[in-house]
Amino acid sequence: MEKKLYTILIYSENVVGILNLVTAVFTRNQVNIESLNVSPSGIPNVHKYTVTVITDEAQAKKLVKQIERKVDVIKANFYVEDDIFVSEVALFKLSTSIVMSTPDISRLVRHSGAKVLEVNETYTTLQICVKPDAVTELYKKLAKYKCVLQYTRSGVVAITRDKVERVSEFLKEQENQQFDFLEEGINSEEC
Amino acid sequence: MMESLKAQGIKTIFGYPGGSIMPVYDALFDYTRGEKKAFDHILVRHEQGAIHAAQGFARVSGEVGTVIVTSGPGVANTLTGLADAMIDSTPVVVIAGQVGVGVLGTDAFQELDLMTVAQPICKWVYQIRRPEDIPWAVSKAYYLAKSGRPGPVVLDFPKNAQTSKCDYVPETVNFVRSYIPSPRPKQEKLQKAAELINNAKRPLALVGQGVELAGAHEELKTFLEKANIPAGRTMLGLSALASNHPLNMGMLGMHGNYAPNIKQQEADVVIAIGMRFSDRVTGNLATYLKQAKVIHLDIDHAEINKNVQTDVAIVADCKESLPMLTALINEADHSEWIESFKPLRDKEQEKVVNKALHPTEGPLLMGEVANAVAEATKGMGVTVTDVGQNQLFSTRYSKYNTPRSIITSGGLGTMGFGLPAAIGATFGEKNRPVFAFMGDGGLQMTIQELGTIMEYHCPVKMVLMNNNFLGNVRQWQNMFFQKRYAFTHMLNPNYEEICSAYKIPYLKVKDRKDLPAAVEKALKTDGPFFLETIIMEEDDVMPMTAPGASVNDMMLEKEAN
Repeated sequence: MEKKLYTILIYSENVVGILNLVTAVFTRNQVNIESLNVSPSGIPNVHKYTVTVITDEAQAKKLVKQIERKVDVIKANFYVEDDIFVSEVALFKLSTSIVMSTPDISRLVRHSGAKVLEVNETYTTLQICVKPDAVTELYKKLAKYKCVLQYTRSGVVAITRDKVERVSEFLKEQENQQFDFLEEGINSEEC
Repeated sequence: MMESLKAQGIKTIFGYPGGSIMPVYDALFDYTRGEKKAFDHILVRHEQGAIHAAQGFARVSGEVGTVIVTSGPGVANTLTGLADAMIDSTPVVVIAGQVGVGVLGTDAFQELDLMTVAQPICKWVYQIRRPEDIPWAVSKAYYLAKSGRPGPVVLDFPKNAQTSKCDYVPETVNFVRSYIPSPRPKQEKLQKAAELINNAKRPLALVGQGVELAGAHEELKTFLEKANIPAGRTMLGLSALASNHPLNMGMLGMHGNYAPNIKQQEADVVIAIGMRFSDRVTGNLATYLKQAKVIHLDIDHAEINKNVQTDVAIVADCKESLPMLTALINEADHSEWIESFKPLRDKEQEKVVNKALHPTEGPLLMGEVANAVAEATKGMGVTVTDVGQNQLFSTRYSKYNTPRSIITSGGLGTMGFGLPAAIGATFGEKNRPVFAFMGDGGLQMTIQELGTIMEYHCPVKMVLMNNNFLGNVRQWQNMFFQKRYAFTHMLNPNYEEICSAYKIPYLKVKDRKDLPAAVEKALKTDGPFFLETIIMEEDDVMPMTAPGASVNDMMLEKEAN
C-alpha cells in the first residue's frame, strides 16, 4: 500500500496523561510522528491534536481506531491533503549583519510573505504562516546564506473541509442519549 | 473509599497492605467486621496473586474483581495481571496506594510513576488527588471496567487524599461523553450479513469470549440452531457454547481440534462472534479465510479489520446484535456440510485423541488426567489452567457444559496465573468444583499462594501435571530447535512435604488405574486438595499448527526433524 502524509485530528477531554496515551499508540505501531500540535479546541474542556504521519491507509485506519478506543478520546479521524486546510507557523532568527550585506535575503523574505517581528544589530526575527512545504522551502533557501541562527516550527494545524462538524455533532448526540437514558430511568422508576 | 466501594456492591477484596495504603487498610479493618462489615478481605501472599485471584473471580462470576495494594513494588507486582486482564478483557479494579501529592516526582520511598506505567495496559487509569473525588472516581472505575469491552482500571490513590477529611457524597457514573460502551447495531449491516448467511452453502461461526462476556449464550444457540450453522470456539470462548451441543465442532487455534481448523478454510461465509482473530487462531494471515466472506460481530470497533479483512462488520454487544441477526436469517439445513467435519474429527480421534486419552502402557499423560476430571465432573466443573502444555491438554480435554467454565490466560500467556486465578474462582463460584490444572513450572511461579489456600481453606482442586520440564518450550525445542533442551528440564521439590507444611491434603498418582479414584477423592474432600500426577516427561501436544504456518497445514502427528 502506498505511503503518504496523513493528518490525524484527535479531540480529547483535557485530562492529565492523555497525551502519553495518544502518542503510545504511534509508538506501539512503530509509526514516527512527523509533527504534533496540541491546543485547546473551540469546545470547552476539549483539546485538539493535529498529528502528521507518513504511513499507508490501512495503518492510518488502525491508528485512529486504537486512539479512539481510549476512554478520554472523543473522536479521531485521518485526512489526506485534499480533505483539509493546513497551516504552520515558523519563526526564524537571522543574523542581521548577513541579512544587511545580502540583498537577496531581503528579497526572499519579502516574496515569502514573512513578517519581520524585530530587528536589532545582532539578529532579525521573522514569522511566517504558510503551508508546511513552504516553511521547509524558505528554510532551505535561507540556510544557503548561512544566516539562520535559530529556526522553529509550530507543527501543522488543520481544519477540515467537512460540511459537518463531526465532534460537535458527536457530543450533541452523546448528550441527547444521556438525556434519553435519564428520562428512561425516571419512567421506569415511575412504573 | 469504603462507602464508595460498598455502593458498588463489592463483597470480596483481594489485597496486600503496605506503607502507602495503610489509611485505607485501617478503614478496611472496620468494614470487614462487626456492625460495619461489608467486605471479605482475602490476604494473598504476593500482589501478583491478588490480581490473578481478582481475574479468576471476575471471569467465573461476571462481576468486577477488586484489588487493594500499596504503592511502588506493591502495585508493580500487579502489572502482569493488568496486562493479562487487558488482553483478555477481564473487568478488574486495582486501588493502589501512592506517596502524597506533595512528594510526587521526588523519588520518594516506594514512589512509582504508576499512571505512565499502567496507562498502556489498562482501560483507564486515574489518580485521585482529593478525597472529594473518591465517590466519582470509584463509580467511574467500576462503570468503565465492566461496561462495553471489559478491562482493567487502576485508581492511583496518593496518601494525602486517603487521610484528608471530607463529607461522603455518593455519586453514580453511568455515562462518559467520550465513551460509547455498546454501539447500536446498524440495520443495513445486519441486512447485508443476513443476506450473506442466507445464501451461504458452507457457513461457519467462530465463537469467542465476547459471547460469554455478553451473557449471550442463549442468543448464540438460537442463532446457530435457526440456520443450522456449525461453530468452532476459541480457547477463551470454550464455554460460550456447550461441549455437548450438536453444532459445536470443537476448539480453534494452534492446538485446537483438527476439523474446525481445517474446515474454516472451506467455509464460504464465516461469522466471527466476539473473537479477535488472534494469531494463535489464524496462523499465517496470508492464507487465512481467503475463500470466505467474513462477517465480524464485535463490541470493539478497533477489532474490525485489525487482522482479518471483514466484508460486513456489526459493531455492537452481541447480546443485542445476535437476536436482531437471527430475526433476519432463514431457517436452513446444512447437514451435509456439518457431516463433512466428521471424517476429520474421526482422523483426529484415531491419530491423536485415542492415544492421548486411552493409552494402555507407559507413563501417565496430561490428556488422560484432564479427561478423568471431565468425566468425574460431567463437564460441570470450572477449568482453571496455568500456561503451557498443561493448559493446552486441559483446555482440549475438559468438558464445558455450563457458561463461565474456562479461566485461562489466553492472550498474554502468563505462567503463574493458574493457582491464584483458581483461588479467586472459588470466591466467585461456590457451587461448582474449581480445578486448577498446572505444570511444575507455572505452579512454582506463584506457589506462595498455597498460604492463601491454607488460611482461607479455599476449595481449589489442584492438579499438578508434573513432567519435570517446561513442557511446551521443550516441545518447541524438540520440533524447531534441533532438540536442544536449553534450560527446560527442572529439578522439582517434594510437593508432598510442601503440602504437608501448608496442611493441604495431598495425593500422588503414577499409575493410570489409580487416577479415577484419586480424582473422586479430590472432589469429595472438603476444601483444598492437591493431586500430583507424574506425567510422561517428553509428550507433545498435538494437533499443532506450527508458528507462522497456515492453518491448512495443521499437523496431526509430529513431523520428523
